[in-house]
Amino acid sequence: MSPNLVIALTAALAACACALVGVFLVLRRMALMADAISHAILPGLVAGYWLARGPNVVAGFFGASAAGLLTVWLTESLTRSRRVKEDTAIGLVFPALFALGVLLVSRFFSNVHLDTDAVLFGEIAFAPLETWRLGGRDVGPTALWSLGALTTLNAAFLTLFYKELKLSTFDPGLAAALGFAPAVIHYALMGMVAVTTVGGFTAVGAILVIALIIVPPVTASLLTERLPTLIALSVAVGVAGSLIGFQLASAWDVSIGGMIVSTLGVVFGVALLLAPRKGLVAQSLRHARLRRQFAREALVVHLATHEGTALEDSECRPAHLQEELLWTADMASRTVAEAQAAGLVQPVDREGHLHLTDRGREVAEDVAKR
Amino acid sequence: MNVLRDLFLDYTLRNIALGAAVLGLVSGVLGSFAVLRRQGLMGDALSHAALPGICLAYLLTGSKAPLVLMLGAAAAGWLGMVLILRIVRHTRIDPNSALGIVLTVFFGFGVVLLTVLQKRNDAGQAGLDKFLFGQAAAMTQEQVATMAVLGGAALLVVALLYKEFKLLAFDPEFARSLALPTRSLDLLLTSLLVVAVVIGLNTVGVVLMSAMLVAPGAAARQWTDSLSKMLALAGAFGAASGIAGAVLSVTAERIPTGPVIILCVTLIVIVSLLFGSARGLVWEWLRQARHRREMRAAMAAEGGTTP
Amino acid sequence: MTNGGTATAAGATAAAAPVSVRDLTVAYDEKPVLWDADLDIPAGSLAAIIGPNGAGKSTLIKAILGLVPAAAGTVRLFGEPYERVRKSVGYVPQRGSVDWDFPTSVLDVVMMGMYGRLGWVRRPGKSERERARECLREVGMENFAARQISQLSGGQQQRVFLARALAQEARMYFMDEPFAGVDATTERAIIGILQRLRDDGKTVLVVHHDLQTAPEYFDWVVLLNVRIMASGPMEATFTPDNLQRTYGGKIAFLK
Repeated sequence: MSPNLVIALTAALAACACALVGVFLVLRRMALMADAISHAILPGLVAGYWLARGPNVVAGFFGASAAGLLTVWLTESLTRSRRVKEDTAIGLVFPALFALGVLLVSRFFSNVHLDTDAVLFGEIAFAPLETWRLGGRDVGPTALWSLGALTTLNAAFLTLFYKELKLSTFDPGLAAALGFAPAVIHYALMGMVAVTTVGGFTAVGAILVIALIIVPPVTASLLTERLPTLIALSVAVGVAGSLIGFQLASAWDVSIGGMIVSTLGVVFGVALLLAPRKGLVAQSLRHARLRRQFAREALVVHLATHEGTALEDSECRPAHLQEELLWTADMASRTVAEAQAAGLVQPVDREGHLHLTDRGREVAEDVAKR
Repeated sequence: MNVLRDLFLDYTLRNIALGAAVLGLVSGVLGSFAVLRRQGLMGDALSHAALPGICLAYLLTGSKAPLVLMLGAAAAGWLGMVLILRIVRHTRIDPNSALGIVLTVFFGFGVVLLTVLQKRNDAGQAGLDKFLFGQAAAMTQEQVATMAVLGGAALLVVALLYKEFKLLAFDPEFARSLALPTRSLDLLLTSLLVVAVVIGLNTVGVVLMSAMLVAPGAAARQWTDSLSKMLALAGAFGAASGIAGAVLSVTAERIPTGPVIILCVTLIVIVSLLFGSARGLVWEWLRQARHRREMRAAMAAEGGTTP
Repeated sequence: MTNGGTATAAGATAAAAPVSVRDLTVAYDEKPVLWDADLDIPAGSLAAIIGPNGAGKSTLIKAILGLVPAAAGTVRLFGEPYERVRKSVGYVPQRGSVDWDFPTSVLDVVMMGMYGRLGWVRRPGKSERERARECLREVGMENFAARQISQLSGGQQQRVFLARALAQEARMYFMDEPFAGVDATTERAIIGILQRLRDDGKTVLVVHHDLQTAPEYFDWVVLLNVRIMASGPMEATFTPDNLQRTYGGKIAFLK
């Protein structure tokens, strides 16, 4: 396999694995817990290194996962004690653990090649170089195997526990009442996050892992409300972002991980602006439309209220509308024009009055009944 | 004592201690507001978001002067903060996720810029990523001075607008009904947070910044119910941790300053949680144990009537 | 058109009415929460805003005070736009809108009502403290001045909010569900204070949730369900007919 293909596949697999676990994390509003876990695993790695007396993937893996779960447990216990609020708890626990990790490394393992840079940045460019030797044969890049396993694991988790995850995310009370123990599901999910973070960062670095976990699901949430679509879109966005980011990074010769993250950011930005219903552009168009609709209805109701009354003469003039309804001249004339176009109002008569059409009167009645 | 003498005479130790003390004081006070307004993690996001600002500042000016880099960090942090607020206000994306996105995307972009700098073969680039992980050991007098001036200005703003910030943090709706420009004040207060983050980056680094902000305030809250006392105590805790961390890292071998400062302040938090005022956890456990004993005694007395 | 029984002040005196609202409309997303509201409250009334949940009662107050943006309409308080008469208006928000774990004392909270008059930077001094204590006395909480607010019961919290509003020394007060979740004693105390305010010539507008007590406490009622269904003196307006239209469907009206 060409190195480029390996890297591309690694990135794509990482995106899949992360997006799968990221969807529910984001839905549960725990995006930053993933960030916290990714930093706090450092002392776990150190512990694994120390227990195994040397670099050992499995020991490191278990140590890091244990550290991840410890982070979650400490944070939640702290919050439960009600002495600090949740965000404060998160901001206290993971830095303390990370600081501990750095301290241990500096003090006791300073001769070790635990490059803190690599821990945080990772380097996906090295993925093709580390290969797995199984039974004396070279079976391919480690990263592909580990990420492939991770993706499968996450997909299996999601499939097996789909309804439990769904229920406990949207209605924990009901889940508990039905015997699904939301706490167990919660820790299981957090465990998956920890495992994914650990598995992911050795391949692509902690920063990229967090980005792949958080950004695609949030982007997808701007585009759909249906859960299955959300999951599919998250994976799609993640993979697309990774591949595009990789291409750009190769073209411009910059950090691959960084470029993928930046690309994901751009994709998010585009979705933020242009998403069909939730995007900013769509929102402002809708608001404008609503304002115009309200204005027309206000016009119609106002005319109907004063129709046939003594004040009709003064109240039904466009100029008075501006004053009463606080419209600018522009808005007033535009509203009148639109109302005319919609057949709600007759053209201004020679004395400068506005009159309702029958349809206009109907609309006024409807509005009143609403 | 040697340490005490060195604190004043030794250039390195004095600088580090002073810088760390300034940092501790400023983040303690400003971070307390973050704690009260549930913006603890904003500090984390801001510190990550600062990276591209630092790189751009260097790219555009070619200077590695602390003030320049800090301004770059502040600008990027500020931009990140505005984006977060906008995203939260205009979409249903929850604040947690908004923070996470800005945090990672800005940082990722910063990493890209770092590699761009790397390619230019500028030896100068080397200092930049240290700026991110904290390199307190190399703190210069110039850096300390810059930190002190910026931090002092921030604290002055807090002192002047104390009652406005207090009301804003407690009851923003009522504040608005009083004609306070709450949105501007909100922006101002969060901007001060940016200042605290920028000051702290050099000492404790990106990852640990959030603790530097929330830990002193969280600890102080366990001891007092008065906002002014809480701020003062938080500042004191922060400064003390800074100095203790500095001393420990200089006197012992192979102990990095940033992490040990964080561990000191975490220790203060733990002690405060356990023993603080009347709400300390230890006092509560003792009360509960005594209560249980009393209940058991009462039940034994009632049920133990022998015919 | 559906303002049955509106006692609308005629053109000239409407200028000085404490509250004068025209065509006020507030919408969230695409749903109107408050639609085309017309309202005039005469001076010196103790008025209740009544309606089903989600009917826009809080929104009406917040829109009048400019706390939520209005899609259309105008509001005049004492004939002026809100910005110019802020100092004459007191506001008691819902209790749940605040974090009661905040490190501050009861007295401090009451003094917050005077921040508007103090202006920028100036700290509250002795006279402000005195005034705050007086307000606490009026609500029967003077012994709690130094108490941390997290230690207060629901009724006590409500009284503190009321004291804060009193400290604003306003000509008109807006209150959002002041009786929600308070004990009977507190409720009696609060309505006593409100009635005293009314007797002093102030105007008080209250979002009220309890149909039973409304006729007893208030002399003016506004029935609201997204649109103003009726507004007028209590006796004439609080009729089964109007109530039925407001609450849509049969409600068991216990007399």
